[in-house]
Amino acid sequence: MEVEKITEEAPEVKTFRLKFKNHEDAEKFEFKAGQFGEYSVMGEGESTFCIASAPTRKGYIECTFRKAGRVTGALANLEEGETIGFRGPYGNIFPIDEWKGKNLLYIAGGIALPPMRCVIWNTLDLRENYKDITIIYGARTVNDLVYKQELKEWDERPDVKLVTTVDPGGETPDWKGEVGFVPTVLEKIAPSSKDTIAIVCGPPIMIKYTFPVLEKLGFTEDTIFTTLENRMKCGFGKCGRCNVGKYFVCKDGPVFTYKQLKELPDEY
Amino acid sequence: MELERKLIKKASLEKLYQKLQANGNKIFAPIIKDGKTEFHYNPSYAEVTYDHIQTIQSLKNTVFPKIENLVRFTTDRNGTEVTEVDLAKVPSLVLWGAHPCDAAGFKALKSIFMWDYKDEYFNSRMNKMVVIGLSCYKCDDNCFCTSVGLNPGATNGSDILLTKLSTGDYLAEIITEKGKEIVNAAAELFEAAPAEAKEGNLAQVKQQFSHEKVTKNLAGAFEHPFWVENSLRCIGCGACAFVCPACACFDIQDETKGKTGKRLRCWDSCGFGLFTIHTSGHNPREVQSQRWRQRIMHKFSYMPERNESLGCIGCGRCSRACPVDMNILEQLIALEKIQ
Repeated sequence: MEVEKITEEAPEVKTFRLKFKNHEDAEKFEFKAGQFGEYSVMGEGESTFCIASAPTRKGYIECTFRKAGRVTGALANLEEGETIGFRGPYGNIFPIDEWKGKNLLYIAGGIALPPMRCVIWNTLDLRENYKDITIIYGARTVNDLVYKQELKEWDERPDVKLVTTVDPGGETPDWKGEVGFVPTVLEKIAPSSKDTIAIVCGPPIMIKYTFPVLEKLGFTEDTIFTTLENRMKCGFGKCGRCNVGKYFVCKDGPVFTYKQLKELPDEY
Repeated sequence: MELERKLIKKASLEKLYQKLQANGNKIFAPIIKDGKTEFHYNPSYAEVTYDHIQTIQSLKNTVFPKIENLVRFTTDRNGTEVTEVDLAKVPSLVLWGAHPCDAAGFKALKSIFMWDYKDEYFNSRMNKMVVIGLSCYKCDDNCFCTSVGLNPGATNGSDILLTKLSTGDYLAEIITEKGKEIVNAAAELFEAAPAEAKEGNLAQVKQQFSHEKVTKNLAGAFEHPFWVENSLRCIGCGACAFVCPACACFDIQDETKGKTGKRLRCWDSCGFGLFTIHTSGHNPREVQSQRWRQRIMHKFSYMPERNESLGCIGCGRCSRACPVDMNILEQLIALEKIQ
């Protein structure tokens, strides 16, 4: 795929807009919110990221990644117009059809907004299908917040309630958002659980502390969704890397309900 | 296909081997070299041995190579050119003298590679392979095939199974169409079935645990202290996975030389600390006991449920290879009894 556009999101974090070079591939390609792919630089290897753009936005896909290792390092060095490899889509999906007529509460932390951005835009593009949409997004520092332009856009939309927060010490003098960890901020703003689906995405530690708060707010186990980010290589249930108990995150996930998660051993 | 029985004389066996070789098949057969019995490609018949209990390496390399070239690529100023590997060029292979446990090992691998997405690299090699099995007439303390639903004369996984009779000649059981084709093409080498029964010519491998009971116990044993207690000496070297006929975990890595390179699929092991580590440094299986648990759980709990196959064929290779003497048989016997 061709790297059509590169956006610098945060320190070492970039978004690539990708377009299929082969017309047939572009025609055949379909995906749904929640799915992921294997992105590669030949000679360096493959990395697993979710597809961060919405399926309602046709003609391209986007991925957002932080420069961390060999592959993401090589990706980060690419310029617009260059080519990368892509395999996918893999994995299951957010059941957004089943969420019709409900309020949606999105809770994301740090670099975990990308997997959620896909479903956020997907539901915003089908806005009439859903009632209130609330987004709570936190990062370590103001600088680490990704999609700054889109956060602004969501903030200005009358049909979206956006709450941004940074960890204590991560604020700047002109920061107008909240200061505090995501679970704490969630508890403070205490959104109603009535007719509401909660979608949580973040580092394992954030997820573990967020679930109990949601339960306290009255969310039931099957109204809370998350995506797991286990290490993967193949993407289709063979390489043995992403097992959580008998489940493969790549096949049975990455989207799980809290109810399913509770039945899984603590291996994520 | 209904199982057919024939006799093949010792002398005819050599003729069959040579015929298969002359027909352009690659042959993978056990020979003794430097005091070790291992399978080698295209040995002369004189070198082939029938007396080994177990080779150190399993035979999975034939269908799941230690390093599989997935694609080749060339990168220059104009971009990257990717060339697919031509799997039609995979040679026909005869696996000569595989013990029943090893033959069954391919079934276990198949249950992984052909589950859901069909792996064409594995499949193309598997389709081109014929397994001429050899029943075991001897065993050692590490063998436990009878505890995992197999036996020293099990036909499952072989196309033809040979069993040495008291006369020195061999009973040939023809199990599959592939096996029948070989026999039909060399009909002059086979004779009417012998009167002698197979059973008297097999090793006696005592059943030591019930794998069904182990599977049942594992369902509730995730948090059991067993794992820590029994893995303290594990050094995470991965030898057990590398010699295992049913271990299929792999890594994908790129290797380059100048402008050209290959994307490779390489054997990996859930025993390695880096196997599951996230980019963030978070590791879902951060200590060795969790990795040892994964190994046993995968083979005896997850695979039976997800792949309808055990991930163990009772060959005992892992116990023989373990540098710190962790014995899987002892552990499975203990797991049958845990509360």
